[in-house]
Amino acid sequence: MSATATHHKESVRVDYLNVAHSIKSWLVTEDHKRIGILYLVTISLMFLVGGIFALLIRLELVTPAGDLVMSDTYNKMFTMHGVIMIFFFLIPSIPAVLGNFCLPLMIGARDVAFPRLNLASWYIFTLGALFGVASLVMGGVDTGWTFYTPYSSSFSHTPVIMAVTGAFIAGFGSIFTGLNFIVTIHKMRAPGLTWFRLPLFVWGHYATSLIMILGTPVVAITLLLVAVERGLRIGIFDPALGGDPVLFQHLFWFYSHPAVYIMILPGMGVVSELIATFSRKRIFGYEFVAFSSLAIAILSFVVWGHHMFVSGQSMYLSMVFSVLTTLVAIPSAVKIFNWAVTMHKGHVKLDSPMLYALAFMGLFTIGGLTGLFLSAMAVDIHLHDTYFVVAHFHYVMVGGAIVAFLGGLHYWWPKMTGRMYPEPWAKLSALVIFIGFNLTFFPQFILGYLGMPRRYHTYPDEWQVLNVLSSAGATILAAGFTLVAVYLIWSLKNGAKAPANPWDATGLEWQTPSPPPPTNFTHRPVVTEEAYNYPIVLAKNGEGEHQEEEKRTHEHA
Amino acid sequence: MTHTAMNSLFANIPIWPEGASKAAFEMDALYLFIVGLTIFFSAIVFGLVLYFVGKYYAGSKADRSNPSFHNLKLELVWSLIPLALGLFVFVWAAKLYVEVQAPISSENALDIYVVGKQWMWQMQHPTGQRENNELHVPVGRPVKLTMISQDVIHSFFVPAFRVKNDVVPGRYRTLWFEPTKVGKYHLFCAEYCGTKHSEMVGWIYVMEPEDYEMWLKDNQWGMGNEKATMAEAGAALYQQLQCGSCHDPNQRIGPPLAGVYGTTRTLSDGRRVIADRDYLRQAILDPQAVTVSGYENIMPPFRSQLTEVEVNQLIEYIKTLGKGNELPVAETKNEEGVNKG
Repeated sequence: MSATATHHKESVRVDYLNVAHSIKSWLVTEDHKRIGILYLVTISLMFLVGGIFALLIRLELVTPAGDLVMSDTYNKMFTMHGVIMIFFFLIPSIPAVLGNFCLPLMIGARDVAFPRLNLASWYIFTLGALFGVASLVMGGVDTGWTFYTPYSSSFSHTPVIMAVTGAFIAGFGSIFTGLNFIVTIHKMRAPGLTWFRLPLFVWGHYATSLIMILGTPVVAITLLLVAVERGLRIGIFDPALGGDPVLFQHLFWFYSHPAVYIMILPGMGVVSELIATFSRKRIFGYEFVAFSSLAIAILSFVVWGHHMFVSGQSMYLSMVFSVLTTLVAIPSAVKIFNWAVTMHKGHVKLDSPMLYALAFMGLFTIGGLTGLFLSAMAVDIHLHDTYFVVAHFHYVMVGGAIVAFLGGLHYWWPKMTGRMYPEPWAKLSALVIFIGFNLTFFPQFILGYLGMPRRYHTYPDEWQVLNVLSSAGATILAAGFTLVAVYLIWSLKNGAKAPANPWDATGLEWQTPSPPPPTNFTHRPVVTEEAYNYPIVLAKNGEGEHQEEEKRTHEHA
Repeated sequence: MTHTAMNSLFANIPIWPEGASKAAFEMDALYLFIVGLTIFFSAIVFGLVLYFVGKYYAGSKADRSNPSFHNLKLELVWSLIPLALGLFVFVWAAKLYVEVQAPISSENALDIYVVGKQWMWQMQHPTGQRENNELHVPVGRPVKLTMISQDVIHSFFVPAFRVKNDVVPGRYRTLWFEPTKVGKYHLFCAEYCGTKHSEMVGWIYVMEPEDYEMWLKDNQWGMGNEKATMAEAGAALYQQLQCGSCHDPNQRIGPPLAGVYGTTRTLSDGRRVIADRDYLRQAILDPQAVTVSGYENIMPPFRSQLTEVEVNQLIEYIKTLGKGNELPVAETKNEEGVNKG
């Protein structure tokens, strides 16, 4: 094959990016790939805003006194950081960007089941995000992202209704995406792609979608009730109006704990893909890993009370929640061990996506194990609402979800953009992020056991050194994220052209050109083999020297 | 030189909180056990990852023949061992939680009444002493806090005692601890409560019993400028609000209050409830909701007239009624020696 021929062929090939260039063509697109890109742009902007708040928080906490901003401003900063990062970045991040882009490709479909609903999801989500931004422009909300009553409903003097309306609206985008994915996975798999041949990324998204459609309506109702109490003074949560303040916590965590798994399950799906590809080996215990996603999704709905061990719920109820929380840890542990053992007898390569996958394993292990402290009821009495909790969920949310998102973004970047990113820079920034992250959040575990409460604008002098370490880490972490943004944007014009399958991976998405044509595949693929069917070595009887590479061939109709 | 510099740097990094209560020791033991588990499992995961990456790095000469893709026994092992350890932690933690969280039964316990409000802690000793953002208690004696919030949810947190409990509006919550070490310890509000949340802090002073007695004497007048026990202050309120015009034994307009505390009441809607603190509080603030059977629903609500501190005092007064030790309402203020308690 000559170079000119290849070049000629590529220059005329129509892909989903060059098929149309107008802004309108993007705003009315029904192509899941373009919608994924729209989401990527929106959530990146939200991440930037949420990240700036995080940096301001860490800057304020460099000194024990509240000397950078006023207390009210500080309270608004951590609230807006939480609201933006959780509702407008983490929850949509992997499903709406990578899931939207990859899921139909991975199951050999032309698009999702309901392309227009998919576009509607993005508009609804963006409208919700605009409400969130509006609450910021109106001065910001100061309730904490958890909107606990009766503070949020009767005492706060900030635009709470605007912010909860934003989260309420964005939730519908989440419900529609989940609905779309479930129907797509059920009805649009390529011929031969049975459930147990699905990539684990798809299983992860299936489990996530179940939580999205079952849990999100509950938080929507809850936030609506806060707005009703606040706006119409109808007593629901405020005891002064005849309500029950702890009821809010039950309703809120009934969604918001499963929401943690909305953020982490898709990340686990990404990590399964990365480990398999860069070990060139099928995931160990595929069925265990697939079912553990479903187990996590189901159990996630019955553990919410572990947020309320000191809120006044019945002691026996607390015990039930504590033991169920112990159970939900097991499927996560299974995944970690299975990923580790997948590398056994593999051909491990440390390309940057794999670095993120390994970082995920380490950080999520710490994030998960520190959850054990908080599910242990007696220890939680001391640790509840301290920096230990802050550190724990950042290990899960940043060390887990965001690291997996970055791993997946690098892995599929060539497919999404048709360009390679500069690998040395990617490796460097993965390292910078890993170091910065640990320096930011590890000291917070210690601060938590020492007793530093979260959401504190000022703190006792003896905790300054640990806070300074944490703030220094945040600076390094920010530098790492900035580096990623810079070289990824740079690569859009200057990156090397990406081949169809830069990682030599299995999976249908790699069998179509990069970037894919608008219809994904020129011929509908037919699947005849399991996922991750990499070549294996079979030992010949007695003859170690004569080994045979065997690979079942891919067949296409 | 570098060595000493390093030492002084680490001396400035605290890693362990002071433990000054009965619960702290066992809490720390459990904490350390879980720290051990965390290190153990992290070491396994990190070790496996590093070992496999090193050994099976692409191009290495490691034997890769006959790889395995599943092994039910192995997978059960790494599911069931963490499960067993997790359940062990659960049982230990639940046992300790019950010990710490269950209401204290000791007769010897010192009762303290705590009201949280934006953004201060108001404490009152039964003998009348009031403190803001400070609490003086004797060492070696259980202290039982009865807590309520005047506005939003707060949380009473003393790291050195390893105790915390949310302080909720509309219902009483209790918390107890037994200080084991004389000293001065941080008190924090741990539930975000608005602008000055991080300034809703204070100190717990744990004193030798004799010093505590001295402190009680020296502070008889407390913050209220009135030398009165909580029950006496309640009696004064009872008079001031003219509760007696309906509730005095000879009036028969409202239910008589002598001996009412702790009895079972039948309400006009047929419910039977125990007249505990929560009931009495509601009967004062929002009486329409809990009218006693056989009485007219005519008592005005006092929700907007009383603070939680005053409600506490009224309840303490009601508790004394019918026990043969009624306080002669008018004279109490001038009597000597009542405060000894």
